[in-house]
Amino acid sequence: MSLHDANKQGLVEWCKRGEPMIWMNAAAVTVSTLAVIGLLLLLAVRGFGHFWPASVMQAQYSLPGDSSVPILAERVEAESVPIEQLLSAGFKINADEAFVRRELVKVGNRDVGGADFQWVITRHLENPEYPVDAVVVERREWGNFYGFLREVKEQGQVVASGSDDAGSVWAAFEERIARASEIHEKITKIEKKEIGSINYQFEKLRLRERGLALDPELELSRRQAIETEIALSRAELDIHYKALQGQLADLYTQWNRDSFTIETSGGEIREQRMATVVKAYRPNAMHLGQKIVFYVQKFGEFLTEEPREANTEGGIFPAIFGTVIMVLIMSVLVTPFGVVAAVYLREYAKQGLMTRIVRIAVNNLAGVPSIVYGVFGLGFFIYFLGAEMDKALFAEALPAPTFGTPGLLWASVTLALLTLPVVIVATEEGLARIPRNLREGSLALGATKAETLWRVVLPMASPAMMTGLILAVARAAGEVAPLMLVGVVKLAPSLPVDGNFPYFHLDQKFMHLGFHIYDVGFQSPNVEAARPLVYATALLLVVIIALLNLSAVALRNHLREKYKSLEM
Amino acid sequence: MSQSEVRATASAYRQWRKVKDGMATAAITAGGISVLFAILLIFFYLLFEIMPLFESASLEDGNEFSANSQAPSLYLAMEEQAEVGFSLDGSGRADFFQTNDGKLLLSKAIPLNGAEISSFALDSEVSRIFALGLSNGRVVIAKHDYRTSFPNDKRLISPELRFPYGEQSLLLSEEGPIDQLAISDSDDELLLVAVSNGKLIGRRWVKEEDFLSEEVTLVEESVDLPVLDMSADRVLVGPDQQWLYVMSNDGGYRLIDLRRVNVADRGYLFDSGKLNEARFLLGGISLLTASDHGEVGQWFVVRDSERESGYRLQAVRKFEVPKGSGATLVTEHRRKGFVSVSKEGHLDLFYTTSHRRLLNADLDVGRISAIAISPRADMLLIENESGTRYSYKLHNEHPELSWSALWSKVWYESYPEPDYVWQSSASTNDFEPKYSFAPLAFGTLKAAFYAMLIAAPLAICGAIYTAYFMAPALRRKVKPLIELMEALPTVILGFLAGLWLAPFIEKNMPAVFSMFLILPFGILLFAWCWSKVPISLRRLVPDGWHPVLLVPVVLGIVSACVLLGAPMERAFFGGDMRAWLTSDMGVSFDQRNALVVGIAMGFAVIPTIFSIAEDAIFSVPKHLSYGSLALGATPWQSLVGVVMPTASPGIFSALMIGMGRAVGETMIVLMATGNTPIMDANIFEGMRTLAANIAVEIGETEVASSHYRILFLAAFVLFMFTFFVNTIAETVRQRLRLRYGNL
Repeated sequence: MSLHDANKQGLVEWCKRGEPMIWMNAAAVTVSTLAVIGLLLLLAVRGFGHFWPASVMQAQYSLPGDSSVPILAERVEAESVPIEQLLSAGFKINADEAFVRRELVKVGNRDVGGADFQWVITRHLENPEYPVDAVVVERREWGNFYGFLREVKEQGQVVASGSDDAGSVWAAFEERIARASEIHEKITKIEKKEIGSINYQFEKLRLRERGLALDPELELSRRQAIETEIALSRAELDIHYKALQGQLADLYTQWNRDSFTIETSGGEIREQRMATVVKAYRPNAMHLGQKIVFYVQKFGEFLTEEPREANTEGGIFPAIFGTVIMVLIMSVLVTPFGVVAAVYLREYAKQGLMTRIVRIAVNNLAGVPSIVYGVFGLGFFIYFLGAEMDKALFAEALPAPTFGTPGLLWASVTLALLTLPVVIVATEEGLARIPRNLREGSLALGATKAETLWRVVLPMASPAMMTGLILAVARAAGEVAPLMLVGVVKLAPSLPVDGNFPYFHLDQKFMHLGFHIYDVGFQSPNVEAARPLVYATALLLVVIIALLNLSAVALRNHLREKYKSLEM
Repeated sequence: MSQSEVRATASAYRQWRKVKDGMATAAITAGGISVLFAILLIFFYLLFEIMPLFESASLEDGNEFSANSQAPSLYLAMEEQAEVGFSLDGSGRADFFQTNDGKLLLSKAIPLNGAEISSFALDSEVSRIFALGLSNGRVVIAKHDYRTSFPNDKRLISPELRFPYGEQSLLLSEEGPIDQLAISDSDDELLLVAVSNGKLIGRRWVKEEDFLSEEVTLVEESVDLPVLDMSADRVLVGPDQQWLYVMSNDGGYRLIDLRRVNVADRGYLFDSGKLNEARFLLGGISLLTASDHGEVGQWFVVRDSERESGYRLQAVRKFEVPKGSGATLVTEHRRKGFVSVSKEGHLDLFYTTSHRRLLNADLDVGRISAIAISPRADMLLIENESGTRYSYKLHNEHPELSWSALWSKVWYESYPEPDYVWQSSASTNDFEPKYSFAPLAFGTLKAAFYAMLIAAPLAICGAIYTAYFMAPALRRKVKPLIELMEALPTVILGFLAGLWLAPFIEKNMPAVFSMFLILPFGILLFAWCWSKVPISLRRLVPDGWHPVLLVPVVLGIVSACVLLGAPMERAFFGGDMRAWLTSDMGVSFDQRNALVVGIAMGFAVIPTIFSIAEDAIFSVPKHLSYGSLALGATPWQSLVGVVMPTASPGIFSALMIGMGRAVGETMIVLMATGNTPIMDANIFEGMRTLAANIAVEIGETEVASSHYRILFLAAFVLFMFTFFVNTIAETVRQRLRLRYGNL
């Protein structure tokens, strides 16, 4: 039947031709594709939206029968709900409409009001306006504060106040925040880096002393020499430590010098230390350019800073760092082993039933649930290998385990095992694609098998290995379930790489992007406040993994193109 | 350089190359085999960890020494480390002795004030408090206690005999000697029940604590007891002081409710035979009774609404032991296991929950008079009638599991009926762990089922269209996009499902359900209308671009459903569908339910199924469908008649692999359900899967404990299941590839 008379056909004939089924199949493609795109869009909108400085609305909120309450808040989202739901929830509203629009606003000031967020009925918000002098203060604790800046004080003395030109108070405020942040940075440096390093050395000394006690065969003179050495270093460290403590005390007094008063929407005036402020801004006074600059800055902070307030605020740098380090170690482990296994299977093993079975088994391992690898890692690597290593190498630290506890090394090894099938399968595929005549040519010219492998086969298979590795990395970066068992924690006190010898601490626990999402989204005390941050983290993870995958696809295509010319 | 030198160098070089080649071969072979071995290791390690669960117990001979006292022991016990033993004989002499050589550490006579011991009662093995009923109608209460100290870094256990209610005896019966006695000592009161002169007598001492001085004073009260119509030869009081069990030698029993003072249940413990012994299992909920006909029964009180009293004593399990009189039962201190020893020395070790006989041994020690088990259940102490004591090392690490405990209904203590329950830990020490895999396996299959329900049609239909109908240019874009979905970390899907989708569905339930209904019809309607559109317009969209055409349709229907959801909810469900579901339909609703998991996990397995099925359909040799088309079949007919039959094994294997993935997925289920191990197929309720259960629980188990090994068993089950499913799928696929090669 030609297309011309197709639109004259009846319904029955249309059905007979299978058209409805074809359309339904097409719809399946549409739905799946739209779901993927929709998911990515959802993540992008929610994730990117988080850093935009939202305007701060001031309004009077009065529910019928209640006195009116002033509100100063960011609008977060709005929805309309059937009035019955609100009535059953105990709201007193005149039921004259079927649907009521309500919105979620972020009121902050957790130390004043108790909750960060509040649902309000939109039509009971009276006189909404956006005052230019509304200030948002991001604090180290207790979340955001919304209010109006009144005075800036130095050692309790007012240096600028709201009765002056508002601009000058703001300038004084910003200047002092900058100063406080600078001091805070110094304090962090001393506390984390210098005192951290001293503590590390103290711990080393303690372990050395204990090691001495555990070694009964040491000569007396030698023992005494070491003991004096330890005592000397300890005294030296003590002096250093005291000096740092003095410096810190000094910095803390300086840090706590300034304060400011801020008025809430309810008219309550609060005095707060400048030291508590991370950042303060007046979103309503910003123009677009400033907002963009602010946005970029916030995004930068998100990527480079450490988390605050049980991971619900601040950045995710340790999680990014932990993920990258773990994936790197895993790559170093999985590549050689995966490639050797693939080369053995394809080039050296006698092809037959056995290799076929092994191949199926390897393929299947890629489908074994990742949690099973986690259980294996926990039981075999940590409780068996790790505990044995501790007994042999770190006896002085016992009963505190060194490698007998979840940590970076075991997480990497577990993931290496998990991704091994991916690398083996990809490499084997690459090896299989190399035309036979190339290999035979090399052998015919007198090269040994090893030389052919090294000079001809492996270079040609290298893109396939890369593909395998990238796919392995993408899988490892997104895997969470096994990591929860073998070394990831919600908050690691320090990075696994630092300035203390041996610089690289494989026994430490670490943070991970995927686990961060799980933890902040589901285990955090303030899920509502943390949610935007989780979206941003998820977006980042998706972007990283998508890039890795796309590069794997590109490499694979490149590889296929390359061999097309060789297949004659 | 002469020619011979050149030849020599060349040959040396050749030699060197040969060596290198050999070394490479050796290294690669070794490396390859070791990697493959490492993969095998997973299987064997998991197996190695779970093997101890299925081992039986074993006994190892220990020491033999003679008792210091001539009289046979009324009561024999050991302390925590099983280093010090305690014995009490009929004359009131209490001895503490070393369990390795019998050396006497402390010997004390319990003050009886001239009376004789006429009965003995133990509060519980754990509290170590016991009571002696005397011939003058009084009762002495004592406790064997141990203090552990570490002088010079060496463990020293100092035993002592304490009298928690003073060395003075308490007057219980004015009728004469106390023939039978039961004691229950709780934080609030001490309860004693006795049989004296054929009468049942009860008395309680309420402990009243002074708020200021924290001094405890005892206030004596009498206990009302119903009049009995049978001989009371044995009495026991449960630790909650509600139930009094009275038994006669011929096996009759009366269950007495002390709170309501009535006989709640009556009956016979055995069909035939005499009562040998009755004792509480750990926790005092289950009663163990042994008859001389070789039957040990486990009983506990369950609620029974059909009875006036509301309760009955239920026979739960029976254990077979050799016939004979004088069998002794001794219960474990930490678990729900017990040992039964006959006078002749036949020993059986049982575990109640798993209904398992762990050990069956004949001891060559003469006639047995007393037996004790250490608190850690690692030592048995046996005394024979000639006063010799024998210690045995007992190895019984994991009695809790059996095939029936894992997969069948088990009657757990205090449950009204046998049930499948997973509850691995609780706050109390005498808790009965419930390790039934059934709810977990059910949850796993339920989650996988709903996921497949959503994923299978979408993925397979999508694959059919993409492989067979789609324009190549579009296919090159769609395929990578759906494959990219495969790389999407499941933690992100889980997070979106839990925090975005679950509240969304809860809020827009009518919209979501109408979407499922309207979407197919809307699409078909559009397709029908499209076929009526003038050909000039239809030409603008070439064949194979249908999905693009459907984008606005799908988006339109979805947004219309969401917009109209609220009015629909108002019109049909009184404004709140969730409330309507729970109150009008009686369907319980969790926000994080199987529907959410199904959608999220469906999303995760769509790409897996899609890409394998698409490959299978796409690689059906083209000449097959060309042939069919040339014979006049429509594209749909050639697809159904020629392509699909050829590709169906590939689609089957795609479904199997998708299923394997859904079964083992952890993060989505962990985040998108409430993780409650219930067995309910309701789509609006959550579940707990094997994988999520491991993730939730393994962090808090003790290494090498039974719970730890059971979680390993769960991992092993998952491993075997997915391995099995994947192997089938992979074999089918390899066969298919061979077939395509032949076509």
